[in-house]
Amino acid sequence: MKAPSMNSVIAASVYPYGIQHTEAMVADLARRAYEYRVQVLRMIYGRKSGHLGGAFSCAEILTALYFHHLRVDPENPQWNDRDRLVFSKGHACAMLYTVLAHRGFFPVDELPTFRGLDSRLQGHPEPQKTPGVEVAAGPLGHGVAIAAGMALAARMDASKRRIYAILGDGELNSGVIWEGMMTAAKFALDNLTVVVDYNGVQQTGTTRHVMPTEPIADKWAAFNWHVIEIHGHNMLQILDALDRADEIHGRPVVIIARTTKGKGVSYMENSPAWHGGIPDNAQFEMALAELNEGARAWTL
Amino acid sequence: MDALIHNPLVNPSPMRKAYGEALVELGHARKDLVVLSADVQSSDFSYMFEAAFPERFINVGIAEPALVDVAVGLANSGKVPIANTFAFLFATRALEMVRTHLAFGGANVKLAGAYAGLSDSFDGPTHQTISDLAILRSLPKMTIVIPADSLAVRKLLPQVAAWDGPVYFRLCRNEVPDVFNDGYEPKIGEGLTLIEGDDATIIACGVMVARAIEAARLLARQDIRVRVVEMHTIKPIDTELIVCCARETGAIVTAEEHSIIGGLGGAVAECLAERNPIPLERVGVNDTYAESGPYADLLEKYGLSLEAILAAVQRVLARKQASSPHATSEVY
Repeated sequence: MKAPSMNSVIAASVYPYGIQHTEAMVADLARRAYEYRVQVLRMIYGRKSGHLGGAFSCAEILTALYFHHLRVDPENPQWNDRDRLVFSKGHACAMLYTVLAHRGFFPVDELPTFRGLDSRLQGHPEPQKTPGVEVAAGPLGHGVAIAAGMALAARMDASKRRIYAILGDGELNSGVIWEGMMTAAKFALDNLTVVVDYNGVQQTGTTRHVMPTEPIADKWAAFNWHVIEIHGHNMLQILDALDRADEIHGRPVVIIARTTKGKGVSYMENSPAWHGGIPDNAQFEMALAELNEGARAWTL
Repeated sequence: MDALIHNPLVNPSPMRKAYGEALVELGHARKDLVVLSADVQSSDFSYMFEAAFPERFINVGIAEPALVDVAVGLANSGKVPIANTFAFLFATRALEMVRTHLAFGGANVKLAGAYAGLSDSFDGPTHQTISDLAILRSLPKMTIVIPADSLAVRKLLPQVAAWDGPVYFRLCRNEVPDVFNDGYEPKIGEGLTLIEGDDATIIACGVMVARAIEAARLLARQDIRVRVVEMHTIKPIDTELIVCCARETGAIVTAEEHSIIGGLGGAVAECLAERNPIPLERVGVNDTYAESGPYADLLEKYGLSLEAILAAVQRVLARKQASSPHATSEVY
């Protein structure tokens, strides 16, 4: 169960549901994930720049965290005892910005300024510009070690705040990820939950081809992490996994979320071309139609 | 003048011991202080903090990128982390972390670069650090502070911790002469004139401050009045003081335990070229790697000796003389 203070924080947000995983709540969150994909598509198509594939693969994960799980206060982004989310796969930040805006951290109207001159919404996350962004990201591999530092600080403060990080699977190529994994395990940081958006594709090919990472669950387990594997687009599984992670004692938790790069747009799914590809007009219309259909399917 | 400095300079004391003691003192004063190490706390004496405050000490193992990133997470959560490892590793292996999260991201992390310059003398060039100032000085928003003796470590460390933003604090491994007396009150960002003079100025940092003072005292016997400025903050550098010295003395020598490229000498050269071009000579490691050996011998061999400073002053005075509109055949 969450701390009682969560209710007051949730009440400050636009989100109407409580903490129970009701059917209506799961459907609402799942629908939002598709609506946010539509928003991200418009932002990146409008600017002709950005990363769609990895943004689409983490839509459900980010929506679940910000609209259900994280104790944050959009009215007071620097609230000292907030839960923290380290968004390590910074290139997918169009989705982070979209979720933050809809959660109330800044106006939704600002989203179209993404990647434009004078915008608060930089091409990769910049904490000093964007309310709700905790740390810079873009160069990959930082998430686990930074989150471990946050988790150590929470422990020193005897705070119940929890720390989350969202990684891509491509960035598991990076050595500092594994340094961070060892640090978090050494200090038994059970206030830390890492979610790997395991979409299986990175810039120039599949992760299996570029740099094989399997058996990934065994690797995290061998580093003394508690491992949970889920279907990363199944909202109920995500919610349940986040709750279960809160209950694990003595070890940090990793949720391996099996996802699909480009999820929701048929021609983008599982294709490295849509890591950084920009749709033409016809492709944009097709993507829009498919994503709107995805949202409608969750409208009860 | 000489109000701030001992005359003569007093017996050397080990800077790393002063650093360890200063950390403990600061740990009592600041409950938000957290000290991290990449498993070198027995080298840089941050083990003294570990012994006093084990709950606020984190050893991440031999993992310098994680060292900086874990500190970033602590800073995000309101702590004031001081990350410790050998100086060259911050400027090389962990540089991307420093650039992305400290300089760009603004994380309030302090880096204590141990064994800087040639002071890890016997371990050789792989462990010596002669390019860190050039590398880190190019990062926007990075602050760089170099104490010149043990008292300076004690006086500057609390300011480093209190500074709003990332700081690189560059430390010597070895014994350095005690330069300053209790009147020394450094302030980050402001150079200090230690000895007055108007024939030329030596601007020095770190262990070279003691040698600059010795050089000025020797030259005074020949009636050459050399001003000595301690530039403990390399960035943001005190440009007004540099310009003032240029106007009032007409010749400058820089002295640093670093490559002559891109460090104190580079910063002063940039300032002079734009604001007040005058003859400048740079004393430092002359674009080469050193070798293993006793510290004092390395400083001699690689261009950081008292004689090297004296020779640089003579060269710069000759150039000043030659460029003067009232040049005469008289020599200094």
